[in-house]
Amino acid sequence: MSTPTEGAPTSAEYISHHLTNLAVGEGFWTLHFDTFIVSGVLGFVAFFLMMRVARRATAGVPTGAQNFIEMVVSMVDAQVKDTFHAKSNLVTPLAITIFVWVFLMNAMDLIPVDFIPLVLHAFGVEYFKQVPTTDPNLTFAMSLTVFAIMLGMNFKHKGVGGFLHEALTVPFGKWLFPVNLLFRVIEDVAKPISLSLRLFGNMYAGEMVFILIALLGVWQLPLALPWAIFHILIITLQAFVFMMLTIVYMSLAAESH
Amino acid sequence: MNINATLLGHVIWFGVFIWLTMKYIWPPLQKAMHDRQKQIADGLAAAERGKQDLELAAKRAAEVLQEARNQAAEIIGQAEKRGAQLVEEARGNAKAEGDRIVAAAKAEIAQEVNRAKEQLRAQVSVLAVTGAEKILKREIDAKVHAQLLQGLEAELR
Repeated sequence: MSTPTEGAPTSAEYISHHLTNLAVGEGFWTLHFDTFIVSGVLGFVAFFLMMRVARRATAGVPTGAQNFIEMVVSMVDAQVKDTFHAKSNLVTPLAITIFVWVFLMNAMDLIPVDFIPLVLHAFGVEYFKQVPTTDPNLTFAMSLTVFAIMLGMNFKHKGVGGFLHEALTVPFGKWLFPVNLLFRVIEDVAKPISLSLRLFGNMYAGEMVFILIALLGVWQLPLALPWAIFHILIITLQAFVFMMLTIVYMSLAAESH
Repeated sequence: MNINATLLGHVIWFGVFIWLTMKYIWPPLQKAMHDRQKQIADGLAAAERGKQDLELAAKRAAEVLQEARNQAAEIIGQAEKRGAQLVEEARGNAKAEGDRIVAAAKAEIAQEVNRAKEQLRAQVSVLAVTGAEKILKREIDAKVHAQLLQGLEAELR
């Protein structure tokens, strides 16, 4: 429990405490400082490490870090090559970024739920959400960025005219263009929403289960470990799904119907 | 769900990380992996070529060996033939020489025989004459000879 000295909080207080962001600002101009910092630090650590390794990468026998990073990167690249057939310098780096970043942010879920809040409480920080992907701001930020890149990809590969033509005539032909356009808008708007809510929902639910397990006192010990082990699967799977769907959306944008 | 300005912050993070990956992470790694792939492919091709060369060399060696063996067999055959020829020749020579010697010997023997015959003939006639002389000197008996002479007389008549 978060604060043993203040007297035990109720279960509802404990849960809502864990689900409150460390926020600064008011109204729309609120910044969730915790998820912003955690995601940024994770990203910078991971991508600067990868940059260092990539700069020293040789064509000889790869060792250690280079081997590991190449393994991850070539796995992602194989998925991209399987699905995305047009030429692009953006799609593979985008997929790598998504997979690595989302995986690391999801992995924050494996840190015991009370650990970071307890440590930070000692420094006077009241709230802290450690898993950035349980913040819809992050998942929507990613999915909307992907959506924007997808629109750009559409314009680049089909041209504005081609894109409009496709939006107006597929799937029912030119005489039913209002229906076609409606379908297209629904289809495209559904993409970023489903992408972000899927990740957010999975991670939020996983975090919630960890919090509920943490409420069980001594019984959390036999329960937290199996759930953590099972959660490793979810962490990897959600990172992979987000990456994979992004690649699929990109390939749909790059190929004409 | 409280959507707020954090979203913009995360968009910035995301954009920065995509840019880092696109600019500094993916190209060098891709190049390294591509180069390695090429090196491995080259190495495999070289190995394949080496194997082919080895096979060719082995085939060539076998050919050369076979040729040498054939040549050796040929030379041996020729030598044997030549040897046999020499032996045959020698045998012929020896036979001719032998024949010649035998013929000469025979001729000489015949000559000797003739000479001996001549001598014997001469001596026999001398001996006959001498013997006849001795017989005639000792055994002239009128009675015996008269009978003989009478027989001759009867025949002549």
